[in-house]
Amino acid sequence: MKKNKKKNFNLILGTVLLAITLIPAFVGLFWTPYDPEAMNSSLKLAGVGIRHIYGCDNFGRDIFSRIMAGSGITLLVAVGTVAFGSIIGTAIGAFTGYFGGIVDEALMRINDVALAFPSLLLALVMVSLLGTGKYQVMLALGIAFVPSYARIVRSEYIRIKNLDYVKAAKLAGASNLRIMFVHILPNTKTVLLSSVMIGFNNAILAEAGLSFLGIGVQPPDASLGRMLSEAQAYMFSNPGYVLFAGCTIVMIILGFSLISKEIR
Amino acid sequence: MRYIVKKILSCIITLFIVSLLVFVAFALIPGDPALSRLGTNATESALISLRHQMGLDQPMAVRYFKWLVGALRGDFGMSYSYSMSVTSMIADKLPITLTLMLYSMVLMVIISVPLGVYASYKEGTVIDRIIQIINQIIMAIPPFFSGILITLLFGVTLKLFTPGGFVSINRDPVRFFGFMFFPALAIALPKSAMVLNLLYSSLNGEKKKDYVRTAYSRGNRSKQVFFSHMLKNASIPTITFLGMALADMIAGSIIIEQVFGIPGLGRILLTSIQNRDYPVVIAIIMLIACVVIISNLLVDIIYRLVDPRVE
Amino acid sequence: MMLLISLMATALSACAGGKAGSADADSLITIGIPQDLDDSLDPHIAEGAGTREVLFNVFEGLVKPNSNGDLIPAVAESYSINEDGTVYTFTLRKNVKFHNGAKVTVQDVKASLDKCAGTGSDEPLVAAFSAVSAINTPDESTIEVVLKESDTDFLPNLTAAILPADHLDASVDPIGTGPYKYVSRSPQENIVLESFDDYWGEKAHIKNVVLKIVPDGDTIVMNLEGGSIDLMARLSTTQAAQLSDNFDIYEGTMNLVQAVYLNNAVEPFNNTKVRQALCYAVDIQEIMDFVSDGKGTETGSSMFPAFGKYYVKELNDTYNTDIEKAKQLLSEAGYPDGFEFSITVPSNYQQHVDTAQVVKEQLKKIGVTANINLVEWDTWLNDVYIGRNFEATVIGVDASTLTASAMLGRFVSDSGKNFINYNNAEYDKIYNEAFTSTDDAVRTEKYKECEKILSTDAANVYIQDLPNMVAVNKKFGGYEFYPLYVMDFSKLYVK
Repeated sequence: MKKNKKKNFNLILGTVLLAITLIPAFVGLFWTPYDPEAMNSSLKLAGVGIRHIYGCDNFGRDIFSRIMAGSGITLLVAVGTVAFGSIIGTAIGAFTGYFGGIVDEALMRINDVALAFPSLLLALVMVSLLGTGKYQVMLALGIAFVPSYARIVRSEYIRIKNLDYVKAAKLAGASNLRIMFVHILPNTKTVLLSSVMIGFNNAILAEAGLSFLGIGVQPPDASLGRMLSEAQAYMFSNPGYVLFAGCTIVMIILGFSLISKEIR
Repeated sequence: MRYIVKKILSCIITLFIVSLLVFVAFALIPGDPALSRLGTNATESALISLRHQMGLDQPMAVRYFKWLVGALRGDFGMSYSYSMSVTSMIADKLPITLTLMLYSMVLMVIISVPLGVYASYKEGTVIDRIIQIINQIIMAIPPFFSGILITLLFGVTLKLFTPGGFVSINRDPVRFFGFMFFPALAIALPKSAMVLNLLYSSLNGEKKKDYVRTAYSRGNRSKQVFFSHMLKNASIPTITFLGMALADMIAGSIIIEQVFGIPGLGRILLTSIQNRDYPVVIAIIMLIACVVIISNLLVDIIYRLVDPRVE
Repeated sequence: MMLLISLMATALSACAGGKAGSADADSLITIGIPQDLDDSLDPHIAEGAGTREVLFNVFEGLVKPNSNGDLIPAVAESYSINEDGTVYTFTLRKNVKFHNGAKVTVQDVKASLDKCAGTGSDEPLVAAFSAVSAINTPDESTIEVVLKESDTDFLPNLTAAILPADHLDASVDPIGTGPYKYVSRSPQENIVLESFDDYWGEKAHIKNVVLKIVPDGDTIVMNLEGGSIDLMARLSTTQAAQLSDNFDIYEGTMNLVQAVYLNNAVEPFNNTKVRQALCYAVDIQEIMDFVSDGKGTETGSSMFPAFGKYYVKELNDTYNTDIEKAKQLLSEAGYPDGFEFSITVPSNYQQHVDTAQVVKEQLKKIGVTANINLVEWDTWLNDVYIGRNFEATVIGVDASTLTASAMLGRFVSDSGKNFINYNNAEYDKIYNEAFTSTDDAVRTEKYKECEKILSTDAANVYIQDLPNMVAVNKKFGGYEFYPLYVMDFSKLYVK
């Protein structure tokens, strides 16, 4: 009883946090109170107020509108990254896990290498090869995320391929591809789903980190990390700017981790 | 013993592959390091002679082999931007980053272990809940934001340190360590939250085990059971985590160095990537790879020594 | 007959106005600089203005500029120019020593100038030295620089640094004759200089100068307030406004021409009408309002006010913001719906980054989409300046010497520094006439004509000479502005 209450509490809190952050982000794709890029010199570093609830930045741009648009870009990058990483990673993991052999050995060796690196570092190297910008960041992070998915899916395939039902399907004459994607894949979904959840949080963190370092999303595109690094310059004159941008990131991460904790 | 030898061999092969991949990747990027060193008005003949001097006119395989031979002797070539040896550049910066990491490692243990033990001891009470909630929030703070918050609180408001006021250890060791406390804290905080969480749940897991139940049922709720048995068993996964956290902390330190303006390895790596000073980038990546792979190896070995059942 | 110009070095020592005697052994000032000197420490190779402003204190040429922009003898004691401007004769100053203790000889001077002229190879290392035909040393105290053609305006080029003949590569361990000597560097951390005890002129007041690299504009204010740097130049007005009254703020100009420099060789900027349309679309006052609270000096061409007679104020009005006109020009050029391009900006210069963002907003009004691409300084040098692989960039171009050719020479179509690939036969012709003219009035007129061509042809979208806010901790005094992009550390003193 007590356990359930706690579970609900986490779930409710997580949902509330995500609602506060994600609903404006989705709305921001279509509409923002002000044009997030429109400058107004009379509103430079304006404080919190009724018209501009989070105040304005150094160009007189509405911070709330920018956070709406920025969360959108951050989420877009995260979705792209996880989609790329999980699809390619699953494909690699499925083939190597199912067939094994030398290709498996070689790929897993490379995979171990890639996993040895912190994903941010891997992304850093990738960005230096690919260039900066939101699509490059998506690709760079996506590639950096492939190894972890490949490893998870591969071990699932190795486990499942020796189960009786797979052997039965083989005897029944099902093709390898059919067994891999019709018979085995659906059974990896629980493992895959939870790693997608975690991956999503990691992607948000990685994007924010890269953009914070100035090599991710480029201005005037507003991603949360980029805004945070811009806001740092005005920590004295407008500390609200730093706090609003940073807290949005924290709320998204917290929301996802609370929910995924309870789903597991 | 055979296991360890096999592991070490596989680590060496892994490092070799890393070096090959990294070297080839960076050699393929367009751009002429000779041109960027000589400037706009360089003559063609000067360029050719510099390319020759830098060995850029040789096939990639030869260049890689030469680099490898040099690297094995600790010579990673010359930096393009600074015309100084990469090894001395890294040797200059390594102590800074190493201090930062050790410092944060120590802080992490100091913060997380007592709190984790305490929370588990008080499981179910209000204090436990409060610690859990705060912990959950801290875990969600990315390291750069914790850096900014620490700067805002301790640097700007309380004026306990000068943001960006890094002092090298040779000039003033006291101020150096005083300053480094804050970036180390920024790295340690989110990681401590994770360690705390891990320690807490493995301690609670231990509580349900038979030996503890037996001890408890006999009325032995003493600290001795807690510390000498439960904590010892619960510390195994924690130590593993600390080993793995090392890799993350390297990545974290790159960002934290940027937030606090510390001229360490991370800063050099970042500027070298952007300046396309590849000898430096390759050397630092190899260094990080070595640290990560060796620490993973150590964790593996320790794990096996502690628990022989592990495959 | 020889026209003899001889100036006395004693004029220098009168400047300090009785402040502080010789350097106190413990005195130390930490000066913030926005980027490491990673192009080169070699004064003949260094391209970055930020590098040259530091090396100014370490190296000297036969002559060097003072804070009025006049050239005063340095390594040379006096000089003369023959009447038709083909032979420059210098008398070596007797007591000049290099930082390694060796005395400067005419051989050192000859070797240094030969290095610039690229004697023995096919091209000069320093472009202006292509005009030199020979460097002679008739006796142990005389150097003659013989030019191929008459040029009475060549003297500023002889500010080129003099290095020891046996240490001509200064990229690792620079040795010069300036008031400060190089001690050490730590990449991305600092560069340490120390005053040179055997300096021939008035010695520096502060013994130790540490140049701390502060690449993050965000931390400048905190660095200053926290005492980890004592002086920082080129602050933005926002940063200056955040400082407490522990600091003196000096206001000058940066002495550069900030513009959206356009690569004239790529579509669509090879079309004059497109370039003009951009000029009409940009509102310079608004840029100044955003970037520096309305401060700044408008420039209409590649020349800034410190140049005095060469600066043509009227060119500021070639284009006044006119959106309709801009749209019309765009459709005439075949881009009625606008186009998309990218602006590459070095991320360490906040003013340029900010300007680019304002320009992007302004160009939206004529349907043109600008994407901003932030890069590291060294990448900018390699890709944009050297590699010329860019569409547009916001940067400030300064003059290495106070000659009109230093600003205008780069737009000659075959110049090695013509990073915008400007190609205009008429410009080349008039520039050449100006360059070879011996009559100062004619020369000035021709140079002004060049500026006019750049303006009407809209070679670039000219913006402004940025305001230069210098914050100096009240513990120190003696900061002096130069009409060039330099900082003179030797004048600074502890109050």
